[in-house]
Amino acid sequence: MQESSEDFGKLMNHLFRVESGKMIAVLSRLFGLQKVDIAQDIVQDTLLAALQIWPFKGLPENPSAWLMQTAKNRAIDYLRRQKRKEEYAPEYAYLLQSEYTLGYTVQNIFLDHEIENSQLRMIFACCHPSIQQESQIALILKTLCGLGVGEIAKAFLTNSETIAKRIFRAKEKIRLEKINLEVPTGKALSLRLNSALKVLYLLFNEGYYSANPDFLIREELCEDAMRLCFLLVQNSITSTAETKALMALMCLQSARFNARTNSSGQIVLLKNQDRSLWHKGLITQGYAFLEQASEQAFRSDEHTKYSIYHLEAAIAGLHASSESFEKTNWNKIHELYEALYHLQPNNIVAMNKAVALAYGQQPDLAILELLKIQGLDKNPIYHTILGEVYSSLKKLEMAKIHFQKALKLDISELEKFVINEKLNYCQDEINSDNP
Amino acid sequence: MEKFMLIFHGGMPQDGTPAQMQENMGKWMAWVDKLAKADKYDSGEPLFPGGKLISGSNKTVTDGPFTEGKEVVGGYFIVKAADMAEVIEICNDYPDYDLGGSVQIRQVMKVEM
Repeated sequence: MQESSEDFGKLMNHLFRVESGKMIAVLSRLFGLQKVDIAQDIVQDTLLAALQIWPFKGLPENPSAWLMQTAKNRAIDYLRRQKRKEEYAPEYAYLLQSEYTLGYTVQNIFLDHEIENSQLRMIFACCHPSIQQESQIALILKTLCGLGVGEIAKAFLTNSETIAKRIFRAKEKIRLEKINLEVPTGKALSLRLNSALKVLYLLFNEGYYSANPDFLIREELCEDAMRLCFLLVQNSITSTAETKALMALMCLQSARFNARTNSSGQIVLLKNQDRSLWHKGLITQGYAFLEQASEQAFRSDEHTKYSIYHLEAAIAGLHASSESFEKTNWNKIHELYEALYHLQPNNIVAMNKAVALAYGQQPDLAILELLKIQGLDKNPIYHTILGEVYSSLKKLEMAKIHFQKALKLDISELEKFVINEKLNYCQDEINSDNP
Repeated sequence: MEKFMLIFHGGMPQDGTPAQMQENMGKWMAWVDKLAKADKYDSGEPLFPGGKLISGSNKTVTDGPFTEGKEVVGGYFIVKAADMAEVIEICNDYPDYDLGGSVQIRQVMKVEM
């Protein structure tokens, strides 16, 4: 019982969530983004209809098509019942007036390529510059990924009120600024695409790096980010070098997803990961995207040819293609971090840059770089890294100081255990040197 | 083998998120699957909510029956089982108890003519 229920879940692979995202995008285009609530009601009705019918009649041959067809019929019924059709999407108001063109217009908008087009417009609308970034993310998850407020809150380890507020603010902006489902042109397009890529990048990272113990939720966030990024890759106007580079980054990172936690759900560091668990298909795919992205960037006449996504993807690619942690090309990785630091001068990049130096047999330089970084004194990872590099240089007293600092900061029980082991190792070494 | 009608009242997750609805659907599919494999499933149909009610010597037609959401009949199964005890056992897998749903069991009368 439990098993076949799980099989069904896998078979359908988030069917309801993904399809509801598509349906909301299409219906909002028909009714106008201002009336996204009507779209949401029709989608809810459609899913309830499936829930009522499928158990009795069996799974339709093409479940996605069944849902789309049902949503389409409901939309037509809804429009027929409305007297003032001009209140709907201005783009279609005229065509929705007469009975003959109404059916035809709705049919057209439900064609496959129009469904993708609608999703693209929805991404752009959610990433409108007047909406705050955290609200942009929440709105994307609510509309395009079919997540409920409670589910978004759970994914972001916050409460439902916070998420509801973010979505409320986003919807208010849509109303006040009269944001529509459109594809911006010219300079506005590249700005909007940039913020869309940023949002998908953050969404992916939230899934990939978050401290959320719920592994499934994290995997879903990564999948959603990848699905939407792929949509941008497939569309000729959004398929820029940066978009492909972000897609490459997501493929190369997610290839390691399964090796990053052990059977009891604990994080396994890159150094200790079983590389045979890495997903070869995703690595190949990631490389293919990275190659296209680099070629496209090289041909462009932009001042800065390579984006942060290119650099991060290249770093992930070097890790993915290394036989072992030790055989990793740390010098090349250091170079890439240096280029990344140039584009994005922040402490975390600086720290990673130094770590690459340390693994690349230059621990003395690494210490110098690490000590130059300002503002990470309260970061436990910073002190753990310093401790490890000092320890590798046999400067054990210095190592001890930093491990002890890390232990006083906000860390999990597991991290505490790991750092204590390193600390004990230092103490043992000191004792054996001075018997 | 006797036949029994299982009448499902309420239990639709009206405010469910897509993921919750899909999970619920998965449980229903699994239940039907299990019954079919054990050759216990005979037939079943979903029913629209609402409908008409005709009554009285004037055959008055009214809308309805309008019942509380939790009592709306969403559909029925006909299942095959040896006795009532077995049907009750079968209904352990009904997925919607937590959603306020309930199952009414009625034995189909076998009449020799």
